[in-house]
Amino acid sequence: MSNSKILANGVDVYYGSKQALFGISMDIKEKEVTALIGPSGCGKSTFLRCINRMNDLIEICKVSGSIKVDNEEIISSSTDVVSLRSKIGMVFQKPNPFPKSIFDNVAYGPTIHGLVESKNDLEEIVHSSLKKAGLFNEVKDRLNEPGTSLSGGQQQRLCIARAIAVNPEIILMDEPCSALDPIATAIIEELIDELRLNYTIVIVTHSMQQAARVSQKTSFFHLGELIETGDTKKIFTNPDNSKTQDYITGRFG
Amino acid sequence: MNNSVAKEKIVSLRKKRSLEDMRFKYYGFTAMCLSLAVLVFLLYTIFSKGYTAFQKTIVLLEVDYNQEVLKLTPDSSDEEMEKGKFFRVKKQAIENFFPDLSKSDIKLVKKLFSINVDKEIKDYFLDNPEVINTKQQIWVTAHSDVDQLLKGNSRRDVPEDRRKLNDIQLSYVDQLVEENRVKQVFNNFFFTKADSRHPEIAGVAGSFMGSLFTLFTVFILSFPIAIGASVYLEEFAPKNRITELIEVNISNLAAVPSIVFGLLGLGVLLNVFGLPRSTPLVGGSVLALMTLPTIIIACRASLKAVPPSIKEGALAVGATKTQAVFHHVVPLALPGTLTGTIIGLAQALGETAPLIMIGMIAFIPNIPTGLTEPSAALPVQIYLWVESAERGFQEKSAAAIMVILIFLFMMNAIAVFLRNRFERKW
Repeated sequence: MSNSKILANGVDVYYGSKQALFGISMDIKEKEVTALIGPSGCGKSTFLRCINRMNDLIEICKVSGSIKVDNEEIISSSTDVVSLRSKIGMVFQKPNPFPKSIFDNVAYGPTIHGLVESKNDLEEIVHSSLKKAGLFNEVKDRLNEPGTSLSGGQQQRLCIARAIAVNPEIILMDEPCSALDPIATAIIEELIDELRLNYTIVIVTHSMQQAARVSQKTSFFHLGELIETGDTKKIFTNPDNSKTQDYITGRFG
Repeated sequence: MNNSVAKEKIVSLRKKRSLEDMRFKYYGFTAMCLSLAVLVFLLYTIFSKGYTAFQKTIVLLEVDYNQEVLKLTPDSSDEEMEKGKFFRVKKQAIENFFPDLSKSDIKLVKKLFSINVDKEIKDYFLDNPEVINTKQQIWVTAHSDVDQLLKGNSRRDVPEDRRKLNDIQLSYVDQLVEENRVKQVFNNFFFTKADSRHPEIAGVAGSFMGSLFTLFTVFILSFPIAIGASVYLEEFAPKNRITELIEVNISNLAAVPSIVFGLLGLGVLLNVFGLPRSTPLVGGSVLALMTLPTIIIACRASLKAVPPSIKEGALAVGATKTQAVFHHVVPLALPGTLTGTIIGLAQALGETAPLIMIGMIAFIPNIPTGLTEPSAALPVQIYLWVESAERGFQEKSAAAIMVILIFLFMMNAIAVFLRNRFERKW
C-alpha cells in the first residue's frame, strides 16, 4: 500500500458562528485520486480549501484540528503558506487564467519562486508543463496569445499546467469540470488519470460518474460530516452506510 | 359570472399599467430634453459672447525709422539697437497719423492705440534692422475701446460722457474704416500672453500654464497616495472598527466644501510651513487634498471590480499577498484607477475657491515657468475678468470659459479612451 500524503484529524471549520465541518478525519494516500462527493453545501470544498489554506482569504473562517502534509502540521500560524501552496497546486471550479499570454500564465509560478535561472529553463518548464497538461500541441503556435482567448476546456487545462509548473506534489481540484462540456470533461478526466502517476490528487466533484471514473478512493460528505470513505469500487457498489447508499443511488442530493 | 368580472379587472389593470409605462417614458424624455436645452443655451451664450475674443483689431501705422530720431546708426550693435529711442518714433508716427492734428487731437488719437504699440514698433525694427531711415507701414494693435466698438460690443448711440470714445475719436475710427487702415485678424495675444490691465493684450497663456502646473502637482501628489491608500484598504486592511471608521470618513471628506481645504492650505501650508504664496505648488497641494477622497473611492471601486478568482489563482501557485495584488489586481484595476484620477483632476481644474484662499487670485502679468512661481489658474482668471469693469474683458472671460471647457472635454475624452482601450472583460 502507498503511504499517507495528507492526514486530517478532527478538522472543525466555522464560518463566523456557523459550523461548516464537524471533526473530519481522513487519510489521503500518495499518488492516488481521492474524490470528495456529497450534496451541495456539505463542506467538501471547504475541506479541500483547508488543505492549501485558501480559507485564509475568508476573514470569518476559523479552522481547528490538525492536517498533516508529509507529517508536517499545516493548521498553525507558523505554517509558511507560500511554500505550502507551492507544494500543493489548485485548480478552481471556473477556469481562471490570468489575462496574460498563455506563456506568461504558466511561467508566472516558476518565475516568482525563482525556479529558473535562464530564459531557456523557463521555456523548458512552460513547454513541459503544457505537455503534461495535454495542451501543448493545441497552443504551441500561439503561446503569446492571451490565455483568456482559449476555449473553456483549454483554459482549464492551462490552469492545470499553471499549477504543475511549480512542481507540486499534490493537486487540489475544486469541481474542475463543472463549467465544461462533456468532451472537454472527458479530456480532463483522461488527464487526471495520467497525472495520478506523478501527483497526489484530491478532486471535489458533483458528478458521481466522474468520481467513479477517475478516483481510486472516494469520501462521502453530508452536512459537514464525513460519512464514509473508502475504495471507490466499494463505495459505489457496496457502501457501509445507508446514507451513502441513498446518495449514490440518487435518492437525495 | 365571477370569472368574467375578474377578467375585466385584469384587462383594465393591464391598460392602466401600460399607460403608466408610457407616461413614465414621456416624463423621462421631457426631463432629458429640458436638460439638453439648458446645456445648449449655456453653450450658445458662451460661444456667442466669447468668439469675438479670438479676433483683435489692428491699425495700419506709418512709422519713420529715422536714424536721427532713433539716435542710432546703420552700424549700431544689437545692444545699442535695444536702447533705440523707439518711443520718439512712435510719437512722431502718431502725430502724423492724420494730417494737421492739433495738440489736443494728438492726445485723443494716441488713445486709439494699444500700450503695446511701442514694443511692436521696436520688435519690427529689431527683426528688420535694414529698415533704418525708411518709412514703413506697420499693422499695430488697436486699443481695446476701438476693438470693442468695431466688434459691436460697445454702443455708439449713448451720450458722449458715458462712452469710452468721444465724438472726435469716433469720427477718427470711422475715417480709418473708410480708408481701410483698420482690420480684424486672429488674436494670437490671447493664447501667448498672460493677464494684463489692458484687455487687448491680456491672454490665457499665463493662467493656462498655471493650471497645468497645478494639475501636475495634484497628479504627482494624489495618484500614488490614492493608489497606496486604496490598495491597503481594499486588500490588506483588517476588517475592524478602525478601518470602517476610515472608510466612512473618506466618503465624508469627498463632500467637504472645497473652501475648507483652501483654509487648510492657508493656515497650514502657507502660515505654518511657509510655502510660497500664490504658487502652483501650494494650489496643487490643496487641490490634491481635495481630490484625494474622490480618487480613492474610484480606485477602490476598480480594485473591487477585479474578479477575486484572479487573485486566488495567483495565491494558489504560491504568490505572496503582495505579489498577487501588485502583479495581478493592481494592473487590472489600472484603467479604472486612471479614469478616476482624471475625473478627479478635472474636478481640480474647475476649482476656484481654495485657490482664492491661498492667494492664486493675485494679478500675475507673466507666464509662470515653474511650480514655485506665482501664477494664476484658469478658473481664477475667469473670475478676475468677469469682475473687471472694462468691456474688453467680458468677451475674454467667455473665451477663457471656452478654453477651460475644451480642456475639461479633452481630459474626459482621455479618460473614456483609456477605459475603452485597456479595460478587460471577463
